[in-house]
Amino acid sequence: MKNKILLSLSIFFLIFCFIVFFKGLDNSNIYVPDSVSEKPLINFNSQDLFSNKKILSDQIFTDSEFYILNIWASWCLPCRKEHPHLMKLKENSSIKLIGLNYKDNPNSAKKFISEFGNPYSINIVDSNGTIAIKLGAYGVPETFLINKERKIIKKIVGPLNKKLVKEINLIIK
Amino acid sequence: MKINKFFLILIVMLSFKSLYAIEQNNEILKNKILKNIRCLICQGQSVYDSQSDFAISMKLVIDQKITEGLSENEIYDYLKNQYGQWITYDPELNKNTYILWILPIFLFLFGGLMVLRKLNIQK
Repeated sequence: MKNKILLSLSIFFLIFCFIVFFKGLDNSNIYVPDSVSEKPLINFNSQDLFSNKKILSDQIFTDSEFYILNIWASWCLPCRKEHPHLMKLKENSSIKLIGLNYKDNPNSAKKFISEFGNPYSINIVDSNGTIAIKLGAYGVPETFLINKERKIIKKIVGPLNKKLVKEINLIIK
Repeated sequence: MKINKFFLILIVMLSFKSLYAIEQNNEILKNKILKNIRCLICQGQSVYDSQSDFAISMKLVIDQKITEGLSENEIYDYLKNQYGQWITYDPELNKNTYILWILPIFLFLFGGLMVLRKLNIQK
């Protein structure tokens, strides 16, 4: 009797472990802390992708209700996938889209923009990836929704999709 | 005149030596910090071991922070503020991590008790 109880408990434990690990397979490997919301945006300086002029972050975040800072690169395949969503977000007048071109060849980046369209009001360059790190980013693509008080209100790791665009539109309504 | 030249050379040599020592200390500190930071997009690697884009940029930022004069703990705090507790390999004792810290002690005590009981029974 005792052995039977032990056996059934062990089997139950193994099944429980299997379910927990099986469910965990779907979870993203990237850990995103909750504390990212409402975090003030850092100050940075960069240069414009097209004019090569130096730009301070104070010159970028000036006149809009909301800003979307999108980290992208021409070599990044998921960025191509999310590009149509960014083009759609561009239609919303209360958002200003800012592109942060991450570790990219400027010529390839310009070609990418001329091929797929330019959703960004300003495109700045992060040639060594340090601005992205200071922003708390993991890589490309990554999107930050910033309010007019220059606080990050949403951070999206990975490409944008219809559901996420809907979420963004709901926040800014 | 010769003495002046000698002292000048000595001063230059000493200043180079102290500069080299500062650089060496910074390098040791940088490596220590890099080994204590998790590469968030790699599987089980520290930033020191990783060659991912994230790790390469992180190394540059830590270099900048050391040059700015930030201490080791200030750099950890800065990174925790950006990426959360998970970034360091050494978790702090707080409400989310207390089980992690207390459970091994509890298991150790429990195991010790079991051994003692067994020894007493055998006696």
